[in-house]
Amino acid sequence: MIEIQEVTKSYDGNAVVDRVSLTLPAGGLTSIIGPNGAGKSTLLSIVSRLMPMDRGKVLVDGLDVNDTAGDVLARRLSIMRQDNHITARLSVRDLVAFGRYPYSKGRLTADDVEHIDRSIAYLGLEPFANRFLDQLSGGQRQRAFIAMVLCQDTDYMLFDEPLNNLDIKHAVETMKLLRRLADDFAKTVVVVLHDINFASAYSDRIVAMQGGRLAFEGAPQDVIVPSRLQAIFDVDCRVHAVGQTRLVNYFE
Amino acid sequence: MRADVKRISPSAVLIVSAALAVASMVAFMTVGAKGSWSFLLSFRGTKLLGMVLVAYAIAVSTVLFQTISGNRILTPSIIGFDAMYALLQTIMVFFLGAAGMTTTDPRLQFTLETAAMVGFSLLLFRALFSGASRSLHLLMLVGIILGGLFRSLSSFLQRILDPNDFIVLQDRLFASFNSVDADLLGIAAVATLAVTFVLWRLSPTFDVLSLGREAAIGLGVDHQRVVNLLLVLIAILVSVSTALVGPVTFFGLLVASLAWQLTPTASHRFVLPVAVSIAITTLVGGQVILERLFSFNTALSIVIEFFGGLVFIFLLVRGSAR
Repeated sequence: MIEIQEVTKSYDGNAVVDRVSLTLPAGGLTSIIGPNGAGKSTLLSIVSRLMPMDRGKVLVDGLDVNDTAGDVLARRLSIMRQDNHITARLSVRDLVAFGRYPYSKGRLTADDVEHIDRSIAYLGLEPFANRFLDQLSGGQRQRAFIAMVLCQDTDYMLFDEPLNNLDIKHAVETMKLLRRLADDFAKTVVVVLHDINFASAYSDRIVAMQGGRLAFEGAPQDVIVPSRLQAIFDVDCRVHAVGQTRLVNYFE
Repeated sequence: MRADVKRISPSAVLIVSAALAVASMVAFMTVGAKGSWSFLLSFRGTKLLGMVLVAYAIAVSTVLFQTISGNRILTPSIIGFDAMYALLQTIMVFFLGAAGMTTTDPRLQFTLETAAMVGFSLLLFRALFSGASRSLHLLMLVGIILGGLFRSLSSFLQRILDPNDFIVLQDRLFASFNSVDADLLGIAAVATLAVTFVLWRLSPTFDVLSLGREAAIGLGVDHQRVVNLLLVLIAILVSVSTALVGPVTFFGLLVASLAWQLTPTASHRFVLPVAVSIAITTLVGGQVILERLFSFNTALSIVIEFFGGLVFIFLLVRGSAR
C-alpha cells in the first residue's frame, strides 16, 4: 500500500503539488490523469524519492520514503521516468542488467541473468539485445527502459508516461503488459497517462489531478464522466459505452 | 556507425593498453642506461614513480568527474580545479613569503593545500551536481568563469608579490614532468593509496552513477552521499597531480576520451584501468621519446597540451555533448 499524506511541493511559492492525500492499495493498475502542469509527474517523483517534498509524508508498505535506506526501497519500488538521457554507451542488455543492481550490486548471479533474459524476452527485445541504445528507435528504447523496470522486479512499479513515443501497436502492447504485471504477477502498477481512453480501458482505478490537487479518484466508471472530464481538462466531450469500456470522444 | 565494427573484447583492450604501459615503464628505466644501477634506480625510479602517480591521479579523477557530471567534455582542469590549486599556492607564498615556504615542511604544505582544495571544491561544485538544473552549459560556463577568476586572482597576487617570492612560486606552478617534486612523493603516494582504497569500496556504484541522478536513486544509490565523496576524492587526486608536476589542462581530457572511445563497453571496471594505462603510456613513453630520441627535455607538457587541446576542440566541434 502506498500512503501519500498531505504532500506539498512548491517552486518559488507556486505549489506544484498541493496538499495531496491519497492511498493506493496494493495490487491493480492505477492511472493518474490530468492536464499538463497538474503535478502528476511531480507526485510520482516524490513518491519514488527522486524529488524531495516540502511537506507531508509518503509511506510504501509502511516505509517512509524519506528515511528508508535507498537499496531497501529499490527492491520494493521502481520507477520509469519520461526523459531517460544516458551519456554512457550501453547495450540493451547492459541497461536491463542495471535492474538487478539493488540485489547484486553489479555482480550478476545466475538468478540475475535469468531475470535479465526473461525481461528482454518479455518485451520482445531479443533481436536488439546487443545493440547500443543510440541505435534504437524511440519505441524500442522505451521498451528497453520498461524491461529494466521489469528486471528490477519490485512489488510497486511506477511509470511516468510510458506511452510517449510509441505507435499504436506498441502503446497497446505496453498497456497489456502493464495489465499482465498487475493480473499475473500481483504487482502494483501506477501509470501517468495522457490518453484518457487508455486510462479508461486498462485501469482498475483512476486518479485525476488538476492544478496540483487531487480532483477525483475512483473506478473508471466514476471518473470517466463528461461533467468530471470537463472539470479536469476544460474540454467538451461525450462518453460512449462500448462493451465494458467507456470511451471518451473529445473530437467534436 | 560503431555497430558494424566487429566488437573487440574489453579484456583485450585492457591487456594491450596495460602491456604498452608496462613496456614504456621498462623502456624508461632501461633505455640508454649507463653507470651504476643503484644510482639509476633511485634517480629514474623517483621520476618514474612521480609520473605514474600523476598519470593515475589525472586519469582516474577525469573519468570519474565525467561520470558524475554526465558528460564527456568537462574535466576537473577545464572547470577550474587546478586553477584553484594554483591560487591556493599563490596565496600561501603571498602570506608566508619565499623564506616561510622553504622553511615549512612541504608535506605540511601539501596537506594544508589539499584540505583547502577539498573544502573549496565541495563548496563550489557541489551545488552544480545535486541541483535540479543539471545543464551542461551552465556547468561549463560556471566552471570556466570560476577558473578565470582563480587565474586572475593568482596573477593579481603574483603582480604585487616580492620578485624573490615570485621566482619560488613560478618554479612551483610551471608544469614539468622532468622535475617531479621528490619531497612530496611519499605523502602523494600515501594519499593516492588511501583514495584508491575508498574508490575500491565505492566502485560498484560507478556504472549506476553514469545512468544519471534519477536512475541512480531509483536503483537505490545514495546519490548525494556518493557524489560528495567522489568530489572529495577527485579534489585530492587533482591536488596530488598538481603538487607533483603543476597544472596540465588537457591531458585528462585526452586520456579519458581515448579510454571511452577504445573500450568497447561503458563499464568502469574496464574504462578506469584502460584510462590509467593510456595515461602512463603517454606520459612515460612520451618522456622516453623526448629524452632519448630528441634529447630535449622540457617540452612534454607542451606536446601533450597541444594534442589534448586538439581533442577538446574536436569534441566541441563535433557538437555531441556526450
